[in-house]
Amino acid sequence: MEAAVDIVLLSFLCVTVIVIVYIRKLFCAIMLLGIFSLLSASLFITMDAVDVAFTEAAVGTGISSILLLSALSLTHTRERRPSHQPYLALLVVAVTGAVLVYGTMDLPPFGDPDSAIHRHMAVRFIVDSPQEVGPPNVVTSVLASYRGYDTLGEATVIFTAGIALVGLLGFSRRKEFKVRLGGVLPDTTPVAVQVLDASNAPSTDHLVLRIVGKMFIPLIMLFALYVQFHGDYGPGGGFQAGVIFASAIMLYAMIFNVEKAMLVVTPTALRLLAVLGLMLYGGVGVLCMFLGGNFLDYNVLAHEPLHGQHLGIFLIELGVGITVFAIMVTMFYALGNRKGGSA
Amino acid sequence: MYVASALAILVVMGLTLVRAILGPTAFDRLLAVNMFGTKTVLLIAVVGFMTERPDFLDIALVYALVNFLSTLAVLRFFERQISEGTAPTGEG
Amino acid sequence: MMDFCLLDILTALLLTVGCFLGISGGVGLYRLPDFFTRQHATGVTDSVCSFAILFALMLQAGFTLVSVKLCFVLVFLIVTSTTATHALAKTALKKGIRPLLGREDKR
Repeated sequence: MEAAVDIVLLSFLCVTVIVIVYIRKLFCAIMLLGIFSLLSASLFITMDAVDVAFTEAAVGTGISSILLLSALSLTHTRERRPSHQPYLALLVVAVTGAVLVYGTMDLPPFGDPDSAIHRHMAVRFIVDSPQEVGPPNVVTSVLASYRGYDTLGEATVIFTAGIALVGLLGFSRRKEFKVRLGGVLPDTTPVAVQVLDASNAPSTDHLVLRIVGKMFIPLIMLFALYVQFHGDYGPGGGFQAGVIFASAIMLYAMIFNVEKAMLVVTPTALRLLAVLGLMLYGGVGVLCMFLGGNFLDYNVLAHEPLHGQHLGIFLIELGVGITVFAIMVTMFYALGNRKGGSA
Repeated sequence: MYVASALAILVVMGLTLVRAILGPTAFDRLLAVNMFGTKTVLLIAVVGFMTERPDFLDIALVYALVNFLSTLAVLRFFERQISEGTAPTGEG
Repeated sequence: MMDFCLLDILTALLLTVGCFLGISGGVGLYRLPDFFTRQHATGVTDSVCSFAILFALMLQAGFTLVSVKLCFVLVFLIVTSTTATHALAKTALKKGIRPLLGREDKR
């Protein structure tokens, strides 16, 4: 009977994608992309891939929508009519797609335990992970320990993307902000200083949102910490926790103003945190080398290999979480501060 | 029992999707996406109980959070449009 | 399969009520004529539907961590869904959408 749920979800996905491609109102496309991400995550859950669904939920629906909307505010909201009909391209794509579908008929059935990918490394991970690495969540042990080097690469990619975005866009409002305060750096300004501006004037305009926000933002941060440290036992880990923590800051920035959010979590602090997270990860690897093992070989970190693994995984997940949080909020500041108007 | 309620929730999601595609104004679409998110949370909870894996509830909590967040983001987008005086009413 | 346990019967009842409310909310979203009327449909039925379904699942789970998490989800859903409804209506009014105050055709 779960097949029925799968079939219905996949058909919704097809319908959504067709409408996204055809519609020319970009705003509607962004809304439908949110629905697309929710549907994909539901499909991941029915396929039992819980960590992936977690990340897809946090990133696809929340952060992607916000960043796409910030980009949309810089341009037209309606796609221009295409100037030519791409029939040749359609033919090429259709032929390639048909060939690929023909190729999938040779694949082993879905979830077949005798297929090639399930017979070598997967068996070793599932059978040996409790004795060699320790955490009950095999996904975490594979990500953080067996494939720790790959995860270091992923964290570096996120860091690089953030640097590239900041290098291209920068924090354009910050200079304006400094001038208004007479040249005093925002970091040393006491938080009680209110920037009196028409758009920043405290008003009863969003009273309900402000109160609800004040109730929930600390709880969301607490939940992010729970996800971070619970990654060993359930779905979670560094990436998801960083994204959820960044969502709390974005919620604050949206309910109150981005300037106030910049006073709380300053861009300088974010730059430091991004670097700190990545250095923590690399530092753990180098520390392992100093203590006599290979790069990112956590067995040498403590008196006993399992304790060493536990400590190593804890530290690198923390590093990944810090970096992801800093980069997400940096991207939000960079995109949300363009072209005047409070975000 | 769980399968029946999962199918019922899927029916509601289908109706919501139709409104998201049709909706003449942007607010209709936003309403549909918000409701879609809430129904997804319920679907995850029911499917989790159906497949005897209630670890999914962390994901349900995250969904509820990001749903709220993306709704607020869109509303802020509209308010910025209002304060800048761009875009006609209900466009998109 | 006979549901002897009272808890099972209560769960089935709550799930039925929740699904019925959900479907009526969906039908209302599809058929009602105007944005504000559609908001009536979704805002009201969403909260009660989520309460019914999640409470039914809590009854099945008993006094475990799963129930606590379901309780968190429930509280969060109810508060944020109503807040989002309020914020939506407010922004729609500000943006200039006027409610439909009367019917154009008599049916």
